[in-house]
Amino acid sequence: MASNTDHGAAHGGGHHILPIGIYWGVFTALVVGTILTVVTARVDLGHMNVVVALVIACVKALLVILFFMHVKYSSKMVWLFASAGFFWFLLMIAFTMQDFVSRSW
Amino acid sequence: MSADHAHALPAGVRPPTYSHFEDLAQQEESEKLGMWAFLITEVMFFGALFTAYTVYRNLYPEAFMLASSHLNPTIGGANTLVLIVSSLTMALAIRAAQTAKYRQVVWLTVATMIFGATFLVVKYFEYMEKYDHGLFPGPTMFRGEQFGEHAGGARIFFSIYFAMTGLHAFHMIVGLGIMTWVLIKARKRYFTPERYLALENVGLYWHFVDLVWIFLFPMLYLLGAHVHGIEH
Repeated sequence: MASNTDHGAAHGGGHHILPIGIYWGVFTALVVGTILTVVTARVDLGHMNVVVALVIACVKALLVILFFMHVKYSSKMVWLFASAGFFWFLLMIAFTMQDFVSRSW
Repeated sequence: MSADHAHALPAGVRPPTYSHFEDLAQQEESEKLGMWAFLITEVMFFGALFTAYTVYRNLYPEAFMLASSHLNPTIGGANTLVLIVSSLTMALAIRAAQTAKYRQVVWLTVATMIFGATFLVVKYFEYMEKYDHGLFPGPTMFRGEQFGEHAGGARIFFSIYFAMTGLHAFHMIVGLGIMTWVLIKARKRYFTPERYLALENVGLYWHFVDLVWIFLFPMLYLLGAHVHGIEH
């Protein structure tokens, strides 16, 4: 019955059990982020409105990915898969927009 | 009470390892990577719509601002919080399985489903209201007179709004279906500290759907929030 004690290490952190406080901490941060999104959107910051909204959304997304989706405690392979998806997405936006933005130049 | 544990794996007993894997750790790593590979295709799926949004917002900035101010940020924000709570209960359900708290797995699954369903009900009323106000982008349903010269761009905004939130809502409905399976299994104490990977993968899907909404909310609901004097 002692086999329970070592499997966390044997799985390379795959069975990592996080302290419950981390989940509540991330949850609180997500709620604060949502409120911050609404508050900052009501202030006229010109072009910075978009930037602020996206920065807050990216921080919230990162918290969900790292802690709720356990990527922080996963293998390098999972890291690679997770980043590959978002890297592809950034490529698509960047290459599309370099065309649309520069058309009026 | 011992009968309650009938379906749980005895301590130390692990799920079967299939012959083409070296050991259970490699098998579970593969299952997890498979889920991530699926999520990458999901990023591509939604990514095309996010790109369409970026292109058209760039082309029609004023129309997007005007059209966005017809969405209610309070309702959208409240729904965002509902989804965040459902992500928390989902994450805690996995932790409950990891720590062999079988009753918690069941009620946290039920809570996740209730919050997910709440989100969809709110979305239904939002959709109905938009339809009644002639903002649904169908051939005869869209009455864009209040947008004046920006009617064309506003129509594109609402096309993108319905496409993106509709695809997101579809994912929520699929998620509720998967959670029904989780609930049936959880009631039989299928998810144990030795065997919770399927639950973890369901969690990855649920959190991904939450991620999409984290971006959709500011992109769709809040573009006109700083412009005063826009009629709601």
